[in-house]
Amino acid sequence: MASRGIKDRVAIIGMGCTRFGEHWDKSAEDLMVEAAYDAYESAGVDPNDVDAYWLGTMGSGVSGLTLSEPLKIQYKPVTRVENMCATGSESLRQAAYAVASGAFDCVMAIGVEKLKDSGFSGLVVTNPPNDGTPANMTPPALFSLLAPAYFKKYGLDPEKGRDVLARIAWKNHKNGARNPKAQFQKEVPIEAIKNSPKIADPLCIMDCSGVSDGSAAAIVVRAEDAHKYCKNPIYIKALSFVAGPAEGPISQEYDFTTFPEVVATARDAYAQAGVTNPREQISLAEVHDCFTPTELVLYEDLGFSPRGTAWQDVMEGFFDLEGKLPVNPDGGLKSFGHPIGASGLRMMYEMWLQLRGEAGPRQINNPRLGLTHNLGGQPGRCVSFVSVVGSQLG
Amino acid sequence: MAGIVSYGSYVPYRRLKRAAIAAVLGVPATRGERAVASFDEDSISMAVEALRDALKSAPQTPVGSLLFATTTPPYGEKLNAAILGAATQLPAEIRAADLTGSTRAGLAALLQAADAAAASGTFAAVAMADARLGAPEGKLEQQSGDGAAAFVLGTEGVIAEIEASASFTREFLDTWRAPGERFAHSWEERFSLTQAFGPLLQKAVTTVMDKAGLKPDQVARVIFDAPNPRAVDEFVRAAKLDPAKVADPLSLTVGQTGAAHIGLMLTATLPTCKPGDRVLVANVADGADAVILRVTPAIANFRPIHSVGRMVESKGDVSYAGYLKWREILPTEPPRRPNPERPAGPPMLRSEKWKYGLVGSRCTACGTPQLPPQRICVKCRARDRMEPYPFADRVGRVATYAFDRLAYSLNPPVINVVVDFEGGGRFLCEMTDCEPDKVAIGDEVEMTFRRLFTADGIHNYFWKARPKR
Repeated sequence: MASRGIKDRVAIIGMGCTRFGEHWDKSAEDLMVEAAYDAYESAGVDPNDVDAYWLGTMGSGVSGLTLSEPLKIQYKPVTRVENMCATGSESLRQAAYAVASGAFDCVMAIGVEKLKDSGFSGLVVTNPPNDGTPANMTPPALFSLLAPAYFKKYGLDPEKGRDVLARIAWKNHKNGARNPKAQFQKEVPIEAIKNSPKIADPLCIMDCSGVSDGSAAAIVVRAEDAHKYCKNPIYIKALSFVAGPAEGPISQEYDFTTFPEVVATARDAYAQAGVTNPREQISLAEVHDCFTPTELVLYEDLGFSPRGTAWQDVMEGFFDLEGKLPVNPDGGLKSFGHPIGASGLRMMYEMWLQLRGEAGPRQINNPRLGLTHNLGGQPGRCVSFVSVVGSQLG
Repeated sequence: MAGIVSYGSYVPYRRLKRAAIAAVLGVPATRGERAVASFDEDSISMAVEALRDALKSAPQTPVGSLLFATTTPPYGEKLNAAILGAATQLPAEIRAADLTGSTRAGLAALLQAADAAAASGTFAAVAMADARLGAPEGKLEQQSGDGAAAFVLGTEGVIAEIEASASFTREFLDTWRAPGERFAHSWEERFSLTQAFGPLLQKAVTTVMDKAGLKPDQVARVIFDAPNPRAVDEFVRAAKLDPAKVADPLSLTVGQTGAAHIGLMLTATLPTCKPGDRVLVANVADGADAVILRVTPAIANFRPIHSVGRMVESKGDVSYAGYLKWREILPTEPPRRPNPERPAGPPMLRSEKWKYGLVGSRCTACGTPQLPPQRICVKCRARDRMEPYPFADRVGRVATYAFDRLAYSLNPPVINVVVDFEGGGRFLCEMTDCEPDKVAIGDEVEMTFRRLFTADGIHNYFWKARPKR
């Protein structure tokens, strides 16, 4: 038994992505229509050419009808998938496997979320009826648990730790300022980040990803067919996904400075893709920066920085757009925004642009391999997804 | 002869300075401070804290009955005492009832429990607690306090025997509150002082002293509680009782704790008593009860787990504005977050031992304690090899923490801690009775029973961590 992967068997031949942000004038249906038709057009396919669909959304609809109804999909399989904040990546994973299996020739993965209609601050998740004992914690508080644990373990005093986190948000905003589809297209000074209202100390509001509406879509075919549709497709080298046993909140062995689920998916994905030294071999990465401490810990879990040193890499600009390994060149969840079901596909959209040299003012020089990382849940209790994609076969 | 075999008491951590009330309202300042049930406490949660101590100190003998005395029952309909029983893991085979309607309920419950113990030969538990609400600018708001006491009564291992008792019930109008009203009303002070409390106290005390065949100088300690403290002062003077024998009414430190007060004063006094001491206990309100307790040699071996003195010293202030918000006297703009969802009946029943008793599990294959209780071991993955493992009385240390300024709370920010228990087990829960800037990795914490929130009239009780008191 093994995770064998589907390296170079599946290609993405077209993608679409709406602008992320506060779309007061657009419904989830509007956003899906936009992203889907962008993707059809990008791939040069007719809606009738697409054999099956995977729709990722956490709360903007249930069942395949959420997509088939607005798109008027003609009696084809549409599967709604959900895996918390990794929902978008999950829809792509299912679509890619369906193509790799030979069941379909051409499929679409699409994700959508309409968050701004609720009237609430932040993300709201409804639970099944329960006994009233689960902790009443919001996502920023759950992820803020990482900060004191990481700072203490690696000897960062609170001021230094605060600077490191602010530097991550600053970098992502700087990148987002070069992205016409990002929710926040403005650079934000470090001091403004540190002085923004506290939300889950030490996290300020500027340490949190943008709450937004948006949709993104990809069209997937077998790699051998890709050139029938497009001259520069991108190839899936690895897809890895795990749901953890959720031991962190109940086991003293977990120390809140890592996501074991991410470590597992990274190991699996690198094995599938043949990556042995991610710090050197990965040209760019889009990672799940839901909150700044998450991105800090991810650098180490993904093998970009040795344990306990990611904060130094942050301060030295290693992950900046001009750095050795640019992370979140499109602005990330922080600046591009985080419409849950769409985010994983938005990360892939940046790979699509960068690997094809279409990223404009934030284009990275000659990227070869890109990584996307998407997670859902909380430290010690989460699902994690890692993909590796490349512009060339082999 | 039946009597008290163990006791426990509880004074909440928060204090409201009376001068702070006066400064806001522009009314004359009175001295001292009062104890305030925190935003997550009520008469049930405080009674649980006192009852936990009383039961822990009691002999390992089954308790046959449980009475809960309070004028502020969180449920108007639904057995409040049942929650006390579940939280202290009393067996289902007990008789249980709530006694309410008057601050006299505390001593009345104690006497009923003594009768039950004497009649049945088993142990009887009684808990008394109150968190009375006085209207701003009124006397009750300043003079009352919140707290709880609990006793186990029995016929074996008695530390204070009930030698005699006398009870009188009169119908007169002093304090009243109709269902649905938040604040109590009271009649003119002089009327109850001269026509009710004074004469009743005198009658009860004279009768019980006669029954016990005691003269005033044979009484070592005197504990009096009346809604109007002047009734006590005047009676002590008139009866020529030695003021040095009269127990501190805790008015400057705690306030009058309603139905719990006579019990709280008694638990504060008993540690100062010697074997053979006679203690006169009397309580007036809607009538009067008086009791003579004879302290036995067994008192020498009894140590309360948390003394009243220690609880009085362990404290932190709440501002008057904070207090008004906690009691929802001052309405505030709700956060832009959904209201808490009500807990559901079937899952609460399934997890009764976990939710109310904080009983987790321990893997018999590898010995790892874990909570909530698991079926597959978190450590060795053995299936269904668990035994119940209680965590409520275990201490732990903070592994990491979070301050949640977004989550709904009457007292933001919500402080969350990851607790690593001594002996094993980790739990992520709320931390209470502390200030955000005082939380650090490695802090020692203990568990406390609290009301997390109320939704659709359902009070959601569960456990939180607090700094060790």
